[in-house]
Amino acid sequence: MSRSLLEISNLRIDATAYPPGEPPKTIVLVDGVSLTLEKGKVLGLIGESGAGKSTIGLASMAYGRGGARLTGGTITLNGREIRLADARALRSLRGREVTYVAQSAAAAFNPAIKLIDQVIETSLSHGIMDRAEAEARAVMLFGKLGLPNPETFGTRYPHQVSGGQLQRAMTAMALCPKPDLVVFDEPTTALDVTTQIDVLAAIKDAIRDTGVAALYITHDLAVVAQVADDILVLRHGKKVEYGPTEQIITAPGEAYTQALVSVRSIDHKEKAPAEAVLSVKAVTARYKGTNFDVLKAITIDLPAGQTLAVVGESGSGKSTLARAITGLLPPSKGEITFAGRKLSPQLSGRSRDDLREIQMIYQMADTAMNPRQTVGTIIGRPLEFYFGLRGEAKRKRIQELLDQIEMGSGYIDRYPAELSGGQKQRVCIARALAAKPKLIICDEVTSALDPLVADGILKLLLNLQAVEHVAYLFITHDLATVRAISDRIAVMYRGEVVRYGQKSDVLAPPFDDYTDLLLSSVPEMQLGWLEQVLKHRKMESAGN
Amino acid sequence: MRMPISAAIGLIMTGAFFLAAIFAGVIAPYGMGEIVGGVWDPVSDKHWFGTDAIGRDMLTRMIYGGQTTIFVATAATALSFITGSILGFTAAVTGGWADQVLSRLVDLVMAIPSLILALVILSVTPVTLPVLILVIGLLDATRVFRLSRAVAVDITVMDYVEAARLRGEGWAWIIFREILPNALSPLVAELGLRFIFAVLFISTLSFLGLGVQPPLADWGGIVKENSAGLVYGIPAALIPAFAIAALAISVNLVADWVLGRTTSLKGGRG
Repeated sequence: MSRSLLEISNLRIDATAYPPGEPPKTIVLVDGVSLTLEKGKVLGLIGESGAGKSTIGLASMAYGRGGARLTGGTITLNGREIRLADARALRSLRGREVTYVAQSAAAAFNPAIKLIDQVIETSLSHGIMDRAEAEARAVMLFGKLGLPNPETFGTRYPHQVSGGQLQRAMTAMALCPKPDLVVFDEPTTALDVTTQIDVLAAIKDAIRDTGVAALYITHDLAVVAQVADDILVLRHGKKVEYGPTEQIITAPGEAYTQALVSVRSIDHKEKAPAEAVLSVKAVTARYKGTNFDVLKAITIDLPAGQTLAVVGESGSGKSTLARAITGLLPPSKGEITFAGRKLSPQLSGRSRDDLREIQMIYQMADTAMNPRQTVGTIIGRPLEFYFGLRGEAKRKRIQELLDQIEMGSGYIDRYPAELSGGQKQRVCIARALAAKPKLIICDEVTSALDPLVADGILKLLLNLQAVEHVAYLFITHDLATVRAISDRIAVMYRGEVVRYGQKSDVLAPPFDDYTDLLLSSVPEMQLGWLEQVLKHRKMESAGN
Repeated sequence: MRMPISAAIGLIMTGAFFLAAIFAGVIAPYGMGEIVGGVWDPVSDKHWFGTDAIGRDMLTRMIYGGQTTIFVATAATALSFITGSILGFTAAVTGGWADQVLSRLVDLVMAIPSLILALVILSVTPVTLPVLILVIGLLDATRVFRLSRAVAVDITVMDYVEAARLRGEGWAWIIFREILPNALSPLVAELGLRFIFAVLFISTLSFLGLGVQPPLADWGGIVKENSAGLVYGIPAALIPAFAIAALAISVNLVADWVLGRTTSLKGGRG
């Protein structure tokens, strides 16, 4: 028997697709992937969506999700071939030798059962330990994972703890039955940036202390670089590159890996301050039926043709600020001036030019486009609505816009469902551009996209700004994006602007505590970054 | 795409019912009120379904009865869908007071059993076809209102509706171009069901004597006229009952198929 805990060789996973109106066809999700994992080591699986990383992760417990079939190759765990094992053998193996940590802990916990009972459930059902032993181990793990009051933490229900804590509780659940291998499926992706590194550090410590082996699945190379010993880069279900973390980060061999490593390296020179196209003065706003202000006396200026990045974690009021500017949430105090005229607080009080010159791009391009309209209708409607373009003139302009977003005119009659994530976001950009706006509000436009695709969108936005001289109010929680695109930055925290100014000033020390926390939370593509950051932090993140 | 066999059967049967209704005057072997035989004559080659309580040809009565029943049900369903869905969408889009008033009003109407409400209304108004259609249509519209409002509330929070509002679009565009195409699947499913309920409703009213009035024939009325015969083992009253069941099944086979098609449309709601 070899020393390796998990050995997957030449794995092939198929699924059957049922395209409407066509006979079912077999699609290959994973093809010819091999990997080895030794006891106590961490292997990072990385790739964009659809790369097959989660599918491989689940295959390590011989499980195929949603009709995926493990059709070829071998999966050897602890010296036993498990790909063709029967249900009985698998049942005794899952939860005992391999456990799983899902991306969304909030969706994975049963809201009606106390945390402790869920955490120790597998240990009891496999008869690994008795109740008292399991509870003691759970409390020990809670402590190790840095959860507050480990003795009583388990008596709470899932909704009574924060998202970051829940993710750690799930890690405790996975570690409780003393497994040999834990599969982490994007455990920090759904968390806020400032919470992410705490959870990451907790997971890393727990892995080291318990000596368990782990498969760590993520799309963020900088994150996986902090925890993994080896990295396997995947694309379209095939291996791109497989090697030690240090080699992948510092000397990537394949072009695709190089692109992943050098992502977020857009160079954007800050423009000099100029006359403001949008100024928000002392705007305070609250939602109907609540008794606290979501925005507290916000004052910011955005010069024409430049980019103001609004940064902050969830709940800081970034998106509410956008709603106040667009008129969806009329502010209770303060005023908004746009292109020299005072904007009516209500949407209904604004002129058609006011509406036309402020456009919006959303985070989820899927829900931002009517699934029953073609690309031509989606982009064409603002042309028709604002400029009265019809027929041939409209079609010509749509084609120009499609060219501008680097998509051919062949897309004009397609439906949104027939586009990729990046293309959808491009169509949304074209729809905004069609109105010839002076300001585009970009609400987390790259957050839902894969890193390389997001890079493409950012580059496109910068090019368009140079040509069309449009200003962006860029809402994001990702500081790497901010560095790449902004001229000015406003850092928001709990409804207030805590730091505001030109990019070079905001990103230069001395920092206030919150900005420091935010800046230090962005994973960097270097080894040992996590340890360094944790050493010099001044402030605990809100998610704790 | 090939049509499944069930949908084909449903389509042929529904088509036959509607064609028979439209061309009743051409295909019916005898006149509607013509007495052509004895009381409850058995099935023969002259009278395929026998004759009724006063010696009229049952097949002829069924064809003319189907014409009235299907016409009233179709008109009532159309009325209920037009008023119900437009009001439902408006309530969802405008929200606030308009929504509260409309929704509570609908709750009020739904709180009273619709058959009793219909009987009360019809006992004080002249029972003519337009009145029947209006009463059935408006009572059914409450159900359609509930469904379309519920569906539209889900859709109005979508970013594309917000984008349309920010563009400055009027309510007509938002309702007919943004919401309606995305709400179509559940509404089509409901359409088949509502149509059958309308058929049952008009038949029930006629059976109770407050629906279609003689000399016009309709399926509920035919059951009523011949129900006495059941005691003597004469099946004439069962024929319209079978017709109602056959129509119900065939319409829903078609509705199922249409629903399947619209949901698999590009980007359709599942």
